[in-house]
Amino acid sequence: MSIFSKFKTLAAGRRELDELGIDPFDVQIDRIISPTEGIIHGRHTILAGTNNYLGLTFDPECIAAARLALEHEGTGTTGSRMANGSYSGHRKLEQELAGFYGKRDGIVFSTGYLANLGMLSTLAGSDDMVLLDADCHASIYDGCRLGGAKTIRFRHNNAEDLAKRMRRLGERAENTLIIVEGLYSMLGDHALLKEIVDVKKEYGGYLLVDEAHSLGVLGERGSGLAEELGLLDDVDFIVGTFSKSLGGAGGFCVSDHAELDLIRYSSRPYIFTASPSPATIATTRQALRTLSAGSHLRKRLHDNAKRLHAGLNALGYTLGAQPSPVVAVVFEGKIEALQFWNDLLELGVYVNLMFPPATPNGSFLIRCSVSAAHTPEQIDTICEAFAKLRVTA
Amino acid sequence: MTEYQRILSDLYEGLTSLTKGRFEIDENTELTGSLNLDSLQIMELVLDVEDHFDISIPVSVLPDVKTVKDLAIQIEKLTRGEG
Repeated sequence: MSIFSKFKTLAAGRRELDELGIDPFDVQIDRIISPTEGIIHGRHTILAGTNNYLGLTFDPECIAAARLALEHEGTGTTGSRMANGSYSGHRKLEQELAGFYGKRDGIVFSTGYLANLGMLSTLAGSDDMVLLDADCHASIYDGCRLGGAKTIRFRHNNAEDLAKRMRRLGERAENTLIIVEGLYSMLGDHALLKEIVDVKKEYGGYLLVDEAHSLGVLGERGSGLAEELGLLDDVDFIVGTFSKSLGGAGGFCVSDHAELDLIRYSSRPYIFTASPSPATIATTRQALRTLSAGSHLRKRLHDNAKRLHAGLNALGYTLGAQPSPVVAVVFEGKIEALQFWNDLLELGVYVNLMFPPATPNGSFLIRCSVSAAHTPEQIDTICEAFAKLRVTA
Repeated sequence: MTEYQRILSDLYEGLTSLTKGRFEIDENTELTGSLNLDSLQIMELVLDVEDHFDISIPVSVLPDVKTVKDLAIQIEKLTRGEG
C-alpha cells in the first residue's frame, strides 16, 4: 500500500482511454476564434460545450472594460480582501448584484465553486442540518462537508420526498437549510421551486438556490428561476457564478439577511484566497449591465435551444429534459458515448461528455450547451453532425 | 428477535431484491466489494433505507459504511436517536 494505491482505479480508466485514443477530459483548443468557434486538432470547430450562454466572452464593451481596468488598476490584487483590502469595484459589484436581485446585500467570491464552498461551510456548521437535492453540484456537497453540517439528501426534484425528510427532522426542520439549483447542469431540467417553497413554508427552514446555470437564462430580467416564478422573496440565499452567462470568473451570494456581512469574517474560502482581479470585476460589471439592459440575448438563446432540441428530437435521440440551453443526449454505454463524442469532434463539433457519478441515474451524457451567439446555421450544422452519426450508428 | 437482528433481516431482504438474488449475503458482505454496488446505487440504497426505517442518514456516515454490519449498526443507532 502506498499513498498512490487509491489511484489504481483511475489509472485503469486512464489506460482504457489511452487504448481507445480518445481523451474527452483533456481537450486543447489551439485557438479560440469567437464564443462559438475554435481550432481543435487543426480543425475549425463549432463550440457547443462551453456554458457561454449569452456569448459575452468577446463582447466589445466587456473587453473595453477589462482593458481599462488593466491599465488603471493593474493585473491582480495580489491577495485576499481581508488582508490586502478591497478595490472599489469589488464592493460596487456586490451592491449591483444585490440591486439586480432586489436583495439587501451581496458578497463576491473568487470562483463559483468558492461561492458555494464559502457560503455553505460557514452557514451550516456541525450543529446544523442541510437537506439537499440529490443531483446538486459537487461544490454544494463539498461546502456542506467542509462546514460539518449533518447533510441529508432528498430525491431529485421531489418536493414530496423533501417534505417527508423535513417531517422526520421534527423541531430541527425550522433551522434546516434546504438547497436546490435553478437549472440542473447535467440534464438541463428546472427545479420545481414553487413546490419546494411550499414545503419550506409548511415546515420552516431556510432556502438557498444556486442559479449558476439559470442566471442570464431564465426570468424576465434574466436573474434566474426564482425571478421567473415570482419567488425571489421566498429564497433566503441566491448563489451564482460569473463564469457562464457573464463570461468571466467568480461567484456571488445575495441575501436579505443582515448576517450575510458576517460571513466575510468567518468564511475561510473567502478569507484565505486572492480576490478577483480588477479586469475580472470590470468585465463582470459590464456583462451584468448588458444582461440587465434587455432580453434580446435571452430570446436568441432560447430560440437556439429550441432549434437544437427539436433537431435532435426529430433524429430520435433520447434527450434529458425539455428544451433548455443545456441539451443532453442520453447514452447507455460508456464506449458508445466515448466514440460518439470523438466522432462529433472529428466532424467539427465540440460538446461535453459526462460520466457517472457526475451524471444522474448512472447515465452517460453527450451534453450540448447552446449560446445566444450561435447562428441558426451553426445549430443546423450541429444537427447535421448528429444526423450523420445516427445513420452510421 | 433483537432490534439489531430485525434490522439485519430487513437489510438482507432489501439487498437480495436489489441484487436480484445473485449473492449470498451475511453481516460481513461488503456493499461495494462483494455486491458490486457503485456509489450511485449506494446513495439510492440509503434513500430507500431512510424511508423503510423512517430515519435520516447523514451523507457523512457513508464513508465508514463498508459492510452490511456497518450499515445495520448505523441504522440501529439512528433509530435509537443517537445519530
